[in-house]
Amino acid sequence: MTIPYLIGAFILCVLLFFNRNKRMSYFLTSLFLAFQWIFTIHEYIHLNTVEYGYFLPDAVGILLLITISIIAVPAIYHSHVFLSKNQDNPRNSALYLSSMVVLIFALSLAYLSNHIAVTWVFVEMTTLSASALIYHRRNVRTLEGTWKYIFVCSISITFVFIGILFLSIAVQEVGDTNLTFTSLMKRAAELDVFWLRLAFIFIFTGYTAKIGLVPMYTAGIDAKDKAPSPAGALLSSVLMNVGFIGIFRFYEIVAQTKLHAWTNNIIMVSAVLSIFIATVYMIKVKNIKRMFAYSSIEHMGIVMLGLAAGGIGYYAAILHIVLHAFVKSSLFFQMGQIYRIYKSKSVYDVGNYFKYNLTGALVVMLGFISATAMPPSGLFVSEFLIFRSLFEAHYFLILIFVLLLLTIIIWAFGKNIFKLLFTPAVDFNEDDLERIKPFESYSQFALLGLVVYLGLNPPLQMVELIQEAVKNLP
Amino acid sequence: MTNVLLIVFSMSLLYLSIANRLSSYVKILALQGFLLFGVSFIELDEIDPINLVFILLETIVFKAIAVPMFLSYVIKHNGITREAEPYVPNFISLIVVTTIIIATFLLSNTIQDEQLNKVYFVAALSSLFTGLYIISTRKKILTHAMGFLVIENGVFILSLAVGNEMPLLINTGILLDLFITVLLLGIFINKIGDVLKDGDVNQLRNLKD
Repeated sequence: MTIPYLIGAFILCVLLFFNRNKRMSYFLTSLFLAFQWIFTIHEYIHLNTVEYGYFLPDAVGILLLITISIIAVPAIYHSHVFLSKNQDNPRNSALYLSSMVVLIFALSLAYLSNHIAVTWVFVEMTTLSASALIYHRRNVRTLEGTWKYIFVCSISITFVFIGILFLSIAVQEVGDTNLTFTSLMKRAAELDVFWLRLAFIFIFTGYTAKIGLVPMYTAGIDAKDKAPSPAGALLSSVLMNVGFIGIFRFYEIVAQTKLHAWTNNIIMVSAVLSIFIATVYMIKVKNIKRMFAYSSIEHMGIVMLGLAAGGIGYYAAILHIVLHAFVKSSLFFQMGQIYRIYKSKSVYDVGNYFKYNLTGALVVMLGFISATAMPPSGLFVSEFLIFRSLFEAHYFLILIFVLLLLTIIIWAFGKNIFKLLFTPAVDFNEDDLERIKPFESYSQFALLGLVVYLGLNPPLQMVELIQEAVKNLP
Repeated sequence: MTNVLLIVFSMSLLYLSIANRLSSYVKILALQGFLLFGVSFIELDEIDPINLVFILLETIVFKAIAVPMFLSYVIKHNGITREAEPYVPNFISLIVVTTIIIATFLLSNTIQDEQLNKVYFVAALSSLFTGLYIISTRKKILTHAMGFLVIENGVFILSLAVGNEMPLLINTGILLDLFITVLLLGIFINKIGDVLKDGDVNQLRNLKD
């Protein structure tokens, strides 16, 4: 039902674009969410059946699809809260909502695509819709963020295309023209190593802009900072997952060849450098939203470590990417409330958050515990498994170095979060304080609770899906 | 014949590295559009006519005429000064671009592959890296967009190399080209040009840590 979903979602986004009525926009977005969930359940039931030749709901695609469908609900809800608090013109609000719908359906279809060029088309679509979201506030700073994001993403998407061209040369040499992932998997061992190597370098470099790894991570940071918080939540969770799936699907193919050890080295270098850069900036950064964005870079580095280490690391990497999406999106949703109270994102202007917004402060507290992977957070389980896989694969020096960096990250993260929660803010005018309603935080509690539940007691279906997702890896 | 066209294309990259005026950049881009038209006209003899017409229209109408005209319009409309304002001397740029071409040439000699025409490979990769070099060493935002167009031309050449068997990939590449060029230049003309008068990247340095 991918094509009906595409058409239906597209019609809804056109309607949202032309709609100026608030009630109608509530109705249309709820309709979209219902549609999204029907689609998700339908695809889950039809696991591993090829649709229209280009889409295949396989295990990893389904896992990420369920993740985005869960996060989409609070994202739309918080977007409505955001839009009603900022009374700007209805045209901008309409553009915002319709871009968000485009982003969600492009991501969903990119997860399920079985053809390397189709994935690429949908990833390009996410760049377009994300940039409309980043530019929502229409000022010089957001313009800068948008321009940088579009420029870096365009270059990286071109890199991915060059990688696909090199791959197609390799495929033509064995007398084939089929670029679906299933066919590539079967033919992987026959493909020429030289072209495959070039293809991997270009595709990996290209997708690092989406997943947020060295070398192309820069644009994502500005984008997450400048986008409105609900959009930032999508950008730092499910949009990063699309970069992961782009790399993961090609990695699965390369892992069948002689290049496996070589690709592991490339991924390892990129992952360790990403964690290192995240650490350096986490110490330095004074903007809380950017700090969350750098924390995402760190987590993606950890995911890639698991992928490169292999063994139990494959399982843990998929678990980590799903759980991280829930944690980081809930922190970004909360960021919107922090900004509404203090009218600033700088750590110098905030403080004593417990006094002004008790439920929100609890979310920040629990989110901090989850994001730094302390028990009972589910991320603790996945990170522990990733470190175990590093240990088993004899990457001792890297393990020690990364653990050291993570300790520094926890310190830097904690320093800013505790300043926000407990230290009184300097020169803060308490008079016209906005009271945040507690139920605006419930969705974040639900997401963080889900992380604990899925990490400590994962349901059998989820374990089976993850095991099936990594079954092709050696 | 295609070899001659592609060698002229590579030479245009050398000229690009030492060009001083923005109008020279625009003219080189137009020239590259015509060269690509020639290459695709000669090379793509196996694909169906409708597809061919689409590709030829894209090169001649879009790459060789519309984009250069649009760029000249942007330069006039926004009153952009005519210098390209590189950060490095032209002499060094020339050496770097020459090195890029020689390096891709040497890399292409390591390929053991009868099917692929190596001239395509050299022209495409050197154009890609020259584009990246121009983006990283020029001051104006508009020159960055032009560097991106050079990269796009390189990608187009590479897609021609595999195009006879997989026309789908050429079409996807062209869509990328149209889409991103319109997006980048559209934002430029609508927003950046109006907000920032000089179009200098130094004005886009506020977001940092």
